[in-house]
Amino acid sequence: MVQSQVKKGKSLISVFVIMFLAALPMKADCEQLLLATTTSTDNTGLLDYLAPIFTKATGIELKWVATGTGKALKLGENCDCDVLMVHAPAAEKQYVEAGFGVNRRQIMFNDFVIIGPDEDPAGIKNQEVCSALQEITEKKSVFASRGDESGTNKKEIALWKQCVSQVPQQQEWYMQTGQGMLATINIAAERSGYTMTDRGTFIKFEANSKGYPPLKIMVEGDASMLNQYSVIEVNQARCPNVQTALARRFGDWLVSKEGQKAIENFRLLDKQLFIPNASAE
Amino acid sequence: MEFILEGLVKAFQLLFQGDQETFSAIWATVKVSSISMTVSLLIGVPLGYLLGYLSFPGKRAIRTVVDTLLALPTVFIGLVVYAFLSNRGPLGELGLLFTLQGIAIGQSILALPIVIALTATSVESLERALQLTLASLGASPLQKFLTSIREARLGLCIAAITAAGRVLTEVGISMMVGGNIKWHTRTITTAIALETKKGQFATGIALGLVLLAMAFTVTISLSTLRRRN
Repeated sequence: MVQSQVKKGKSLISVFVIMFLAALPMKADCEQLLLATTTSTDNTGLLDYLAPIFTKATGIELKWVATGTGKALKLGENCDCDVLMVHAPAAEKQYVEAGFGVNRRQIMFNDFVIIGPDEDPAGIKNQEVCSALQEITEKKSVFASRGDESGTNKKEIALWKQCVSQVPQQQEWYMQTGQGMLATINIAAERSGYTMTDRGTFIKFEANSKGYPPLKIMVEGDASMLNQYSVIEVNQARCPNVQTALARRFGDWLVSKEGQKAIENFRLLDKQLFIPNASAE
Repeated sequence: MEFILEGLVKAFQLLFQGDQETFSAIWATVKVSSISMTVSLLIGVPLGYLLGYLSFPGKRAIRTVVDTLLALPTVFIGLVVYAFLSNRGPLGELGLLFTLQGIAIGQSILALPIVIALTATSVESLERALQLTLASLGASPLQKFLTSIREARLGLCIAAITAAGRVLTEVGISMMVGGNIKWHTRTITTAIALETKKGQFATGIALGLVLLAMAFTVTISLSTLRRRN
């Protein structure tokens, strides 16, 4: 019996050793680029769709961390990624001016929409953005905010400041989720509340709900709701470890005819999610 | 309600049709927990032996510290390891942030106090006569160590299995240090967190079943060992 236990112990150890050895050769065998990006490009499936096309064209493997734009910019500032794909133009310009990033290029856009339940408790359907937000404040209707300094969150805060003169804080109806866009839409849906999202993520939500989403578009089409995405290379002068050459090739590919065409062809439920506009600037 | 049933069905589809994403997450979990278990056992068993075997001033205090560390929160480990591995941090040069090795460092820190505490306890509970016998036979310190470890093997197995259970199921370290990168550092637990956030319960449930199966295996091996004793 003791023998069998010793055997068992030995076999347990050898299992660990074998697993350990199997885990060792994990270093990259091809060129890898680390992208920090916003949750919308990941949640919609855009990156899942673009990555293999990009790899085929350039031989570079694309890895990405999906987080809010604020955190993505911070990752670049800390030299923890090579390239950024983000959507907060004002913050991005400051970022480049501060020397954290270089070579900012516009790649595509879509627009923000405010979505809410069919019952529309605040009665905002087809109103203008500002009156919609004022109604929501007045009726104390549930509103889910990203609350994570993402591009969408920055835009939403700017709208609150512009329309209601202050950002709701600690109000019972104003929920700051601190999570990604799709997560926040799901929370809004569970609570039958409103939220603001980029159109791409909303289409993904529609597709996930098999075309019958519990939340519908209430406010759209306002010129102030444009959502511009850009690519920025992390500044090698500050971060000697970043792979600037690969980052440059990623940006070049995104603004190239081929990359722009790929973005244009990305569809869900037959709807186009992002409109390429690399040459527009 | 039907999404729960849907999830179960999807679980079997993903598993038996060999879905690549699912298996990538499973494989990442197996790899990373193997590294962290190996490291924590190699470091933790000798330290635990010393703590259980030697008596020295301050031993009590060290035991208390180790026992407290048993409850180390994973998000805190994740935060600290992230801060150290970031390029801004002291170990940034190693380039370990957002890698499985980085996660393994955090998980080893998680497992280490468990291995040390449980090893120390099982060494302490060995009969004192064993140490006297070994000393009278003129055993070298290394021989003493190896003999005690062999005698305490049941306790060691329990230590290893307990630590493995904690490592397999943690999500805080993997999420923060690994970054949940698809095909690379997405483990079973971070994948479940992501799928739930996205509202994709089926995939989450499928992965949860795999994790349950792993935990089940661990428990079965534990009870088998107990029965054999």
